[in-house]
Amino acid sequence: MATATARTVSVPAPTELERRMLRQMLLIRRFEEKAAEAYALGKIGGFCHLYIGQEAVAVGSLAALRDDDYVISSYREHGQALARGVPATAVMAELFGKATGCSKGKGGSMHLFDAGRRFLGGHGIVGGHIPLAAGIGFAIRYKRGDQLCICYFGEAAVNIGAFHEALNMASVYKLPVIFCCENNRYGMGTAFERVAAVTDVVEHACSYDMAAEVVDGMDALAVYAATERAADRARSGGHPTLLEVRTYRYMGHSMSDPLHGVYRTKEEVEEQRKRDPITQLAHKLKDEGALDDAALDALDAEARAETDAAARFAEESPDPEPAELTTHVLAD
Amino acid sequence: MATLTYRDALNQALREEMQRDPNVFLMGEEVGVYQGAYKVSRGLLEEFGPQRIVDTPIAELGFAGMGVGAAMAGLRPVIEFMTWNFAVLALDQIVNSAAKILYESGGQVPIPIVFRGPNGAALQLAAQHSQAWESWLSHIPGLKVVAPATPADAKGLLKSAIRDDNPVIVLEGEMLYNIKGEVPEGEHIVPIGQAEVKRPGNDVTLICHSKTVTVALKAAEQLAEQGTSAEVLDLRSLRPLDEAAIVESVARTNRAVVVEEGWPHCGIGAQVVDVIQRDAFDQLDAPVLRVTQADVPMPYNKQLERLAKPSPERVVAAARRVLYLD
Repeated sequence: MATATARTVSVPAPTELERRMLRQMLLIRRFEEKAAEAYALGKIGGFCHLYIGQEAVAVGSLAALRDDDYVISSYREHGQALARGVPATAVMAELFGKATGCSKGKGGSMHLFDAGRRFLGGHGIVGGHIPLAAGIGFAIRYKRGDQLCICYFGEAAVNIGAFHEALNMASVYKLPVIFCCENNRYGMGTAFERVAAVTDVVEHACSYDMAAEVVDGMDALAVYAATERAADRARSGGHPTLLEVRTYRYMGHSMSDPLHGVYRTKEEVEEQRKRDPITQLAHKLKDEGALDDAALDALDAEARAETDAAARFAEESPDPEPAELTTHVLAD
Repeated sequence: MATLTYRDALNQALREEMQRDPNVFLMGEEVGVYQGAYKVSRGLLEEFGPQRIVDTPIAELGFAGMGVGAAMAGLRPVIEFMTWNFAVLALDQIVNSAAKILYESGGQVPIPIVFRGPNGAALQLAAQHSQAWESWLSHIPGLKVVAPATPADAKGLLKSAIRDDNPVIVLEGEMLYNIKGEVPEGEHIVPIGQAEVKRPGNDVTLICHSKTVTVALKAAEQLAEQGTSAEVLDLRSLRPLDEAAIVESVARTNRAVVVEEGWPHCGIGAQVVDVIQRDAFDQLDAPVLRVTQADVPMPYNKQLERLAKPSPERVVAAARRVLYLD
């Protein structure tokens, strides 16, 4: 039942949902801009992978899921954590390495966790968390639950064995998992077509007899609709789905990379920005008369205020106590 | 007390723990229909069904990762590797996922999982199938590592491992599955982190674990015939290591030989020697010696293989040297 066909979906969603998604995308955008600023000031260390440009993927997909569903992601997961409802304060404090961070300052940018919201990381080895998602799906099925697990990863993870092993087993055991591939076209500085024999990620679903869709990742509503269909498949008999969500990151791979680098042109980035997910949704709402400039400005001001407050909170929060060095190595 | 093989003692532990806790399940290659490559899971599919005895494709990384994910969502997986040689493919999941998620989540997500399977060389299986992995695995904070030598310890340590809220590595001796011994029925628990004196003695301590306990016991017999009283200390757990037991014994005997199946460089013995030089320095009457596998990939040829493995003769020779008899 492989249905690896490209589809563009546009279903009307209630205006309230659209406004909420717009608000969340604005929050992620402003949050990431603030993170870049804080990184430049040395307040955030290590690796920091920003989500700017990809906001519609996290926001559209998580809006279609339930609070008791599980979420797991890679190291580019600030956006998913925020869209999941992890407070911006706790995420920013984690980036700052503070005791009030969502992982108590011990995980950092790449390891955001909020077990209460079933946000299970934040994993730093490309593709390594994809089998974990299958295992979470296995546990759901084992307990006869009707939840699902959504797993985010980039297109570069598709070249890793873990991806193939996990998809095969998810299909064999009929596990309620949505494999959400955020195809932003570059694994660090390597264009996908330079290193992948099959460049349509969605085609891999055929090998594992799995339902699949190509989704416009710059359109939050399209992502929402595709996720809803995948969720239905997962809940009605535990069928996994591979979503290839085509998106684009405006920033470098991480904060240590230049904005465009030598692997893509400035013009390409500018061209992609014309399809900006926030602008697109804002235009749609304006066209429908559901939003005017003042209302959009107000939403943006809210997002900026929330981000500023998060940065202040992170700044003022204490570092973990030295004794925290040796806690949580083992469970008691 | 019943006399059981090591294999059946492990089987009994699995069965009892699965009866006790519905969240415990077994997953791995050939564990179900085939009844286990080494028959450790014999009869379990029939008793617990395919939901809890899960056959997998040959995909060590994938099913080890699935186990970790299932543990994150509240189950208590037992992941069987057909041998630890194949588990190298799953090291990313053991090291980067299982061992680290509790820490990097700030204590939010415990990983109660057991990774188990045969470890160490068997007979003429050549280099890729004849390896002892304990020093690799014991290096990692966030893991516990046990290596039982007897049927009773196999049962008791596996039960402890399954009940532990942390990732526990259970290294079963590939050459031990058929050995027999008395095994207490029902609730027999061996706490993780406790060594045991398998044979008391006064003149030298032979520190060992897993299959090398058998080697050391044979060596102790030979030494006894020569008038030397050797103590055989079975570490049983490699992480945490029972440092107090090591120090206590060596402080009495003043001499030690460490025996292991692994290679010498950065081996378990190196760690044990570190403990001894730090905490029993003043009691030592001779440098500590180590008996390990030869520092080579395991050869296929029977005679060469015998030369590569720790043997009672090599242990006796080392003991005589630390006693200044040779």
